[in-house]
Amino acid sequence: MKRAALGALLSHWWRHPLQLITLLTGLALATGLWSAVQAINGEAKASYNLATSEIGARQNETLVPKTGFIPLSRYVELRRSGWRLSPVLEGRWPQNTGSLRLIGVDLLSHPTFSNMVENSDSESSFSLDALSSQEQLFLNPKTLEQLTVHVDLPPIVQSDQIPIDVALGDISLVERLLQRPGQITRMIILPEQPLGLHPLEDLAPELQRQSYDAGQMSRLTDSFHLNLTAFGLLSFAVGLFIVHGSVSLGIEQRRGLFRTLRAMGVPLHLLTVLLLCELLLIAIVAGSAGLVLGYLIAAALLPDVSATLSGLYGATVEGSLNLRPGWLISGIAMAVVGTLIASTQAITNIYKMPLLATPGLQARAQAASSQQYGMAVLGLALMAFGTASMLVFDGLIAGFALLAGMMLGTALMLPLLLSWVLTLGLRNARSALGEWIWADMRAQLPGISLALMALLLALATNIGVGTMVSSFRLTFLGWMDQRLSAELYVTAKDEDQAQKLVLWLTRRDITVLPIRWSEVPFHGTKLRIYGVQDDPTYREKWPMLQVQNGAWDRVSNGTAVMINEQLARRRNLWPGDDLNLTPSWKMTVVGVYSDYGNPHEQAIVTLPVLLRHADNVPNLRFGLRLPPSGVQNLIKEIQQESDFEGITMVDQNDLKARSLAVFDRTFVVTGALNLLTLGVAGFAILTSLLTLWNMRLPQLAPIWALGITRRQLAWLELWRSLALAALTALLALPLGLLLAWLLLSVINVEAFGWKLPMYIFPLDWLRLLVMALVAAAIAAAIPARKLALIKPSELLKVFAHER
Amino acid sequence: MADWEMTDNTLLQIRNVSKCYSGLGESRAVLRDVSLDLQAGKSIALTGESGSGKSTLLHLVGALDYYDSGEIKIAGTNLTNLNDSARSELRRNTVSLVFQQFNLVPSLNVAQNISLHARLANRVDQTWITSLTSRLGLTELSDRYPEQLSGGQQQRVAIGRALAVRPKLLLADEPTGNLDEVTSTAVMDLMLNLVHESGAALFLVTHSVQVANQLDRRVHLSAGKIA
Ligand SMILES: Nc1ncnc2c1ncn2[C@@H]1O[C@H](COP(=O)(O)OP(=O)(O)OP(=O)(O)O)[C@@H](O)[C@H]1O
Ligand SMILES: [Mg+2]
Repeated sequence: MKRAALGALLSHWWRHPLQLITLLTGLALATGLWSAVQAINGEAKASYNLATSEIGARQNETLVPKTGFIPLSRYVELRRSGWRLSPVLEGRWPQNTGSLRLIGVDLLSHPTFSNMVENSDSESSFSLDALSSQEQLFLNPKTLEQLTVHVDLPPIVQSDQIPIDVALGDISLVERLLQRPGQITRMIILPEQPLGLHPLEDLAPELQRQSYDAGQMSRLTDSFHLNLTAFGLLSFAVGLFIVHGSVSLGIEQRRGLFRTLRAMGVPLHLLTVLLLCELLLIAIVAGSAGLVLGYLIAAALLPDVSATLSGLYGATVEGSLNLRPGWLISGIAMAVVGTLIASTQAITNIYKMPLLATPGLQARAQAASSQQYGMAVLGLALMAFGTASMLVFDGLIAGFALLAGMMLGTALMLPLLLSWVLTLGLRNARSALGEWIWADMRAQLPGISLALMALLLALATNIGVGTMVSSFRLTFLGWMDQRLSAELYVTAKDEDQAQKLVLWLTRRDITVLPIRWSEVPFHGTKLRIYGVQDDPTYREKWPMLQVQNGAWDRVSNGTAVMINEQLARRRNLWPGDDLNLTPSWKMTVVGVYSDYGNPHEQAIVTLPVLLRHADNVPNLRFGLRLPPSGVQNLIKEIQQESDFEGITMVDQNDLKARSLAVFDRTFVVTGALNLLTLGVAGFAILTSLLTLWNMRLPQLAPIWALGITRRQLAWLELWRSLALAALTALLALPLGLLLAWLLLSVINVEAFGWKLPMYIFPLDWLRLLVMALVAAAIAAAIPARKLALIKPSELLKVFAHER
Repeated sequence: MADWEMTDNTLLQIRNVSKCYSGLGESRAVLRDVSLDLQAGKSIALTGESGSGKSTLLHLVGALDYYDSGEIKIAGTNLTNLNDSARSELRRNTVSLVFQQFNLVPSLNVAQNISLHARLANRVDQTWITSLTSRLGLTELSDRYPEQLSGGQQQRVAIGRALAVRPKLLLADEPTGNLDEVTSTAVMDLMLNLVHESGAALFLVTHSVQVANQLDRRVHLSAGKIA
């Protein structure tokens, strides 16, 4: 019985392959976009885990100084008081080709170091013997390739387990290499501690406990991934609209079959189970296709994502994609759960379906209208909930709650709003045909409203994210003009060469602005402090957001500091506040400047002050001020001078172009996801129009019989769907602008630490409107063509079997 | 209640069955105290005006609907208080239906439609089905889909489907109501012959006196009561 019944159920799809394909495609697209995002996130997370947990053992709580470093004596005291701690010293280690993150740990007490050793390649020279040696440095083979010169390096052991750009060694070795004897950056609090200890807060009030996820980097990148996840969810939701449409149609069309099967003795529960099996089968097939699709999308996008992550956050993500079993399972699970959610309504209807009579068309229209009101009320509630959560809480989650509430809420209200507009049209219709058109459009609305909701979401997202990116870009361009004010940037090989270069340049009357900085530990991360030499360039051009009178005078006489927006927002420091740069170094903030494209906190003081407070301030980079016409000549002259071999030079235009390229690349992912979502929405419209096709014939046939040609009917079909798409687009505009505002003023501040002004780009909207209309027209063209070419006998059939 | 014993070959017993439709606040009795017997292999024609309750009674016997009082027994099984899976089993194995609107499965071809009920009941007798198909004149049309058939052809498929399972009881509700007169007579003759051959009992709703006269017994329903 089961096989025969299942065969009868499935035969429907055989006879309607297009419908099956739309269903499978919709579900595959939804799963694909979702799992692409998941794959990217997973890859990035795996990279971070490798970077943070293994080396810093950040799964454990750590103890970090509020400012400065921890002296060795502090560690010894805490150990004596019974606390089990493992010291870590971390710093940048300059190399010819940039710098390495050099991390020193206590090889014996470090919680994860020995694991890394056991997991490493057996062919490498890793052994316990090597481990006990305190003179070795552990490196990833890839890092080693990048190090061109190996002189001065201690013996190297290679291991895949070590992240790229990181060198790991015993703390005694590292403190020598970094020339920081007796200093500790942080202490890992080991998981097992003896009982009855004095609280650390009392023993060492100058230190603070930090748990793994309090890390700055993870908070920053989390928000980026949250953005991606939100995008993935959105595409998934849009895809589910398609699934809902096709599943409902598939069930609607088979009502007669279900009844016949029931009359032939198939029990209701078996029918339901069989339908669920059918859906499960579809979900698994489409989910697998979606996984393949997702893998391809993720592989295509991953290089851009890693560019974004390193550009914006300085986090390294490897550019290759790995297949993770968890990802496969969760992708299929998502497809299955999504299908079930999308078909709950249809399945419940089957369960409630009477064995004998069919509810009339009128009853169904009534149900649809009461459903519209229900949805609108739910929509209003969601909007209210989002607003309330924004008022009560703040931060990223509240921002996203508001965002989701507004988006979903508006989408749910769409059917009611559209039906109001159509009723208004109906009231004002003059001709009989006009009246029919409006009435017919309204009758058609329940069938197509899900697709229109999907379109609304996709359009609003496009407008919102597009406005955000364009506003950011415009701001960024203006900011670069101010920030990159020197005509040429040069970097010398060593300090000797640098000195010669400066002399040589000053003889030629070229203003040389040294670019020097030092990094100090700061609230568990690093603060980069620039030391500047007073110059009109800064006073005129530096991109200030807030500034006090005479701010630069106070900076140059060594009493004040400028900070970047990230630092100001994160620590809530504004002009007039005091800032502790190190425990013994306090200055007044006199200005806040914008600093896009940089995740870290920054400050500017005058150069002599920096030199007084910090050692290890290399003097290798300079910004040169000269007339733009002289730049190319100067570059040639420097290149020809034999003393200046190895000096790297970048002119301003080059640097701007490069920065802009990085910027644009950063948003390639967003753009791609944007476009894909819109494509899915267009597909949803196509699906629902095809879906409606069969139900529409009975409505069209009488009109045709009354003397309207098939061509006319086809054109009407086309215009109808264009009009609905245009109305939806109109509503999407304010929603998109709201989304843009949320992204710029709420989400960005949390995610990046800066707030951006919002600019309006009406031309973009126009382009998007055209795109939406084109999508709607393409979607409507197929059924319209079918209608124009339909055989009269098909239309006559409608009269033959009155339904 | 009167004591009623089932004689050995009584297939269907309807005793004092009443049925009301309630809707829009009022409740209307459609069947009142209907009692009827049908022996195995015999046939009954049910006639009556439109709205007299013929279809309703047929649906009750087919375990498609529920009565308010009385009792219906089919092959010894009492329908009162039977749950959905037991009713389903009865429909699958004992009773077959032919409706006025054919109710073929549009996505299955003629051959698949004919064997559907038999396959659902797990009782596929291929020789019987083959002979049935050829007797119904459908062999040539086996690969066609319902939408490619005329009304008479569709009804022949529906009859084939109902008989393929070799039911003990065939219920037919104006099976030729949608057909023209010539086709109607041909289809009806064929059906009566085949029913006779298969040994099934027939419970047939019809308007046609001519058809009714061909059956063993004729029962007239008037305003929910047997006249
Ligand atoms: N689902 C229902 N709800 C309410 N009343 C119903 C329902 N189905 C049938 N009726 C009523 O019950 C009465 C009997 O209907 P039934 O369909 O049994 O008549 P019939 O004898 O088969 O008529 P016809 O010859 O026209 O098919 C009619 O008056 C009808 O209006
Ligand atoms: Mg009837």
